[in-house]
Amino acid sequence: MSVAHYFETMDYGTAPEADSEARGWLAKHNHRFGHFIDGRFVTSTSKATFETREPASGKSLAAIAKGTKADITKAVAAAKSAQPKWAKLGGAARARHLYALARMVQRHARLFAVLETLDNGKPIRETRDIDIPLVARHFYHHAGWAQVMDREFPDHDPIGVAGQIIPWNFPLLMLAWKVAPALAFGNTVVVKPAEFTPLTALLFAELAHEAGLPKGVLNIVTGDGDTGAALVDAPVDKIAFTGSTEVGRIIRAKTAGSGKKLTLELGGKSPFIVFDDADLDGAVEGVIDAIYFNQGQVCCAGSRLLVQEGIANRFVDKLKTRMAHLRVGDPLDKSIDIGAIIDPVQRSRIDALVKKGVSEGASLFQPDCKLPKSGCFYPPTLLTNVAPASTVAIEEIFGPVLVSMTFRTPEEAVALANNTRYGLAASVWSETLSLALDIAPKLKSGVVWVNATNLFDASVGFGGYRESGFGREGGREGAFAYLKPKSHTNRKLRKALVPLREATSVTAPNDAVAIDRTAKLFIGGKQVRPDGNYSRIVLSAKGKRIGEVGEGNRKDIRNAVAAARAAEAWSKATTHNRAQILYYLAENLSTRANEFAARIAASSGVTPSMAKREVQSSIERLFTYGAYADKFEGAVHQPPLRGVALAMKESIGVVGVICPDEAPLLSLISLAAPLIAMGNRIVLVPSERSPLIATDFYQVIETSDVAAGVINIVTGSSLTLAKTLAEHDDVDAIWAFGDRKLSTLVESSSIGNLKRTFVDEGYATDWFTPKTAEGPDWLDHAVEIKNIWIPYGE
Amino acid sequence: MPRPFDADWIDEIRVNLSAVERRTATLPARRSVKKDAQAAWLLKAVSCIDLTTLNGDDTEGRVRRLCAKARQPIREDLLQALGMGDHKITTGAICVYHRFVAAAVDALKGSGIPVAAVSTGFPAGLVPHDVKLREIEASVKDGAQEIDIVVTREYVLTGNWKALYDEMRDFRQACGDAHVKAILATGDIKTMKNIAKASMVCMMAGADFIKTSTGKESSNATLPVSLVMLRMIRDYYERTGYKIGFKPAGGISAAKDVLNYQILMKEELGRPWLEPSLFRVGASSLLADIERQLEHHITGRYSAYNRHPVG
Repeated sequence: MSVAHYFETMDYGTAPEADSEARGWLAKHNHRFGHFIDGRFVTSTSKATFETREPASGKSLAAIAKGTKADITKAVAAAKSAQPKWAKLGGAARARHLYALARMVQRHARLFAVLETLDNGKPIRETRDIDIPLVARHFYHHAGWAQVMDREFPDHDPIGVAGQIIPWNFPLLMLAWKVAPALAFGNTVVVKPAEFTPLTALLFAELAHEAGLPKGVLNIVTGDGDTGAALVDAPVDKIAFTGSTEVGRIIRAKTAGSGKKLTLELGGKSPFIVFDDADLDGAVEGVIDAIYFNQGQVCCAGSRLLVQEGIANRFVDKLKTRMAHLRVGDPLDKSIDIGAIIDPVQRSRIDALVKKGVSEGASLFQPDCKLPKSGCFYPPTLLTNVAPASTVAIEEIFGPVLVSMTFRTPEEAVALANNTRYGLAASVWSETLSLALDIAPKLKSGVVWVNATNLFDASVGFGGYRESGFGREGGREGAFAYLKPKSHTNRKLRKALVPLREATSVTAPNDAVAIDRTAKLFIGGKQVRPDGNYSRIVLSAKGKRIGEVGEGNRKDIRNAVAAARAAEAWSKATTHNRAQILYYLAENLSTRANEFAARIAASSGVTPSMAKREVQSSIERLFTYGAYADKFEGAVHQPPLRGVALAMKESIGVVGVICPDEAPLLSLISLAAPLIAMGNRIVLVPSERSPLIATDFYQVIETSDVAAGVINIVTGSSLTLAKTLAEHDDVDAIWAFGDRKLSTLVESSSIGNLKRTFVDEGYATDWFTPKTAEGPDWLDHAVEIKNIWIPYGE
Repeated sequence: MPRPFDADWIDEIRVNLSAVERRTATLPARRSVKKDAQAAWLLKAVSCIDLTTLNGDDTEGRVRRLCAKARQPIREDLLQALGMGDHKITTGAICVYHRFVAAAVDALKGSGIPVAAVSTGFPAGLVPHDVKLREIEASVKDGAQEIDIVVTREYVLTGNWKALYDEMRDFRQACGDAHVKAILATGDIKTMKNIAKASMVCMMAGADFIKTSTGKESSNATLPVSLVMLRMIRDYYERTGYKIGFKPAGGISAAKDVLNYQILMKEELGRPWLEPSLFRVGASSLLADIERQLEHHITGRYSAYNRHPVG
């Protein structure tokens, strides 16, 4: 090619980034890596290895140790022994270490970027300008959290050892998202990088220790799914996973009842909504960043384009024109937009899904762009004429494939956007502020970008609703993923209550003088008979029959969930309104304090004064959450852009609540009140032992202006009803307090829709001590945090 | 080619500043032009320069010197070394005040290089409308083939799009066969929405080119402003099939800068908009930096200004 040639064609030519430093580093290690455990590289116990390849060429980059259970054991032991000292160092000292890591990343930024591009196949433009700068930013930000941890989180401790499983799409960035907060808050970690992309994690570990990070604080064990499974099973205190929803489910099932804290950042099928008053050219550019960034291998990729019908043709034309300018090719070339797909396996999957989409009636558009002859590449793809029922509109494709649909009204846009099992991110484009800010809160997703897409920052939490996982990464909201309440440190297992046995000798016929009272279920604001029309006998603490309650079954749960789902207005009610209702409940409970005290005394056998205290504490608790209803507020983040990110605290939706047997009224109120204060609607299974307290309580509910369906009560067998609730796909979260068996059951049964769980693993809660039994730690479990990014400017 | 005023085309324009800035902030990092390709692109840029002198102390001598530079912007030996000796590389035009049009036309005789005259009470554009029209006619009569007009900013700032349209249509008519470039004075009209709407109105009223600035406002051409104007050019092309040219002016003085504008043209509009028929850069000192870069490309040594003849 000559100057004259280029003068004629005005082509870009090639602009390859040099890769000699990165290849030099690989050569220095003889293209062979062990695990990084306790501050040094060690060979795997099994000597088994696998190869990590360069997606752009298919060539091998290095032999990687395949971690075994023994390797994991060793790494966890190293992390465990390092953790107390690391925590004891104090926030300020840890801040210096994290600061050193941030500086280290910046000093070696190009080496990291090139190595990441080699191993992953993503364009150097992205690793250089996005991945690596965000990695450094994450360590800077969390150095800050370490520094101020004692002041900002005075009631929290580190969790201990975190096992962290990293995906292949943003290898080093996802490592940073997990390692930085873990380390900042005094935890140590064992990281399992993705099989396809282990290299930058190993480089990071090597350089981190050169930068003075104490041994054992950061351990890397490479390997495949088996290695990850071994880490999940290992005696760690927390598992953080980013990856597919399918594997997330397996991890949820494996960790059920283990007491391991869990955060999952999973898949998505995120909507990209364009209204007819949007800056269409800006939105087209947004689409490009949404779906062709990182070859579309992005969990929050805006993969479902929803365009208002009137502008759909024009918008799609503009998009097609823009797509023709995309350049696919050697990811090390600085003028490349779309690099290589991670592996031929993924490429075939993408291609199969696209073919399926076409066979189901979609129109295929791929611009006439040159693909390299070798390596693993896929052209940017747009599927139009896609209906919500099409496979490609439902399944996460995880490739550069966009599907496009139209809508007529804002209401329909929201309905289509939320018509998915996922809930990770959404993008809304409109130049009308009132419209965009009306839509954003209505979308079921952890992140909403207004007139923008794929913005990330360490100060802003990231994470999903629904089957996109739970937990947040980044910012204050992400901190809690690596902290536990101090009150949890010395928790004791709940004492098993002596089983009640009916004292046959004291059985007496019902008092014929009193009018018979039939306790029913309370569903949709009405007292209803149980579907099966069976009752269960309720005994007093002394074994005396004191009444009967309905034996709730699956169908009662189904009905209760439907009633709770229908009571959506509660979630939209003003916080002032919700506070009023909580106060009113307290007021009406207090007028019947004596009756409830007598019931508690009879039911749980406590002294009359203890029973009285329980009622008074319950009234106090209602007041507490009445108070918090309009005070547990979100935050305004200030990420580095002209704009803000609003961290909104939203209700989760429909929440199942399984109450424990101790302090039957107070525990019920302690669980129900924070949930309804935050706008959730609940299906509550009261203490199996003392259900009459709950059936008395529905009369208080009825007199307190609580809207129908906000609180539903189903009596019966706790374990049976808990299982049905945990398995119910229209229940968004479940709180279960009782013995450990219950926790395990609830967590393992929750995997269908990956609902959030809040369980006590059989540990006792001191319900009478406000410091442990109420407050923000509880409210955090009652809300989802949605970050709405709003860039502005005229 | 003027077309009837259509308010709908103006009303539906939406521009999101943050989105515009994101595009222009990342675009230079998404495309890189190196080595032979870079030399070619810079030579192409030379052919798009409206070599400009618009100063109070301009004289005929100064203008003739500039014209000589326009004929031979790059040293002959450098062109030979680049394998471009057989290409007749000249600047796109010479741009002067009306007073010097005749001299420039004379100095450029036989070169094929057009003379552009700034007009209509440049730079503020606040002389009477009929005086503006007479100024255009005088420059055309003196041989100017291109007229760079300034719009009445008041019309834009008050949203009086019909008045802007009428003014521009009159200018267009007065230009006759000469090409007309509409200077929007983006530094004065400020907002992206104003810039986009003014672009659309001027194209509708017959502008052949839209141009960012006079070089006399507080801010000159920027990539975000240019992007907004280019997108309007694209819209206009999609609606009418007419290709309108673009001219950023002021503040583009480094070779690296002009490459970014070229990348923007290619990515947003496509290959045809890289030629002088649709792309001009109003600049005075840019050429000298390009000359240095080209010599560096050939010799591998960094060059100095004194090695290249001044205009």
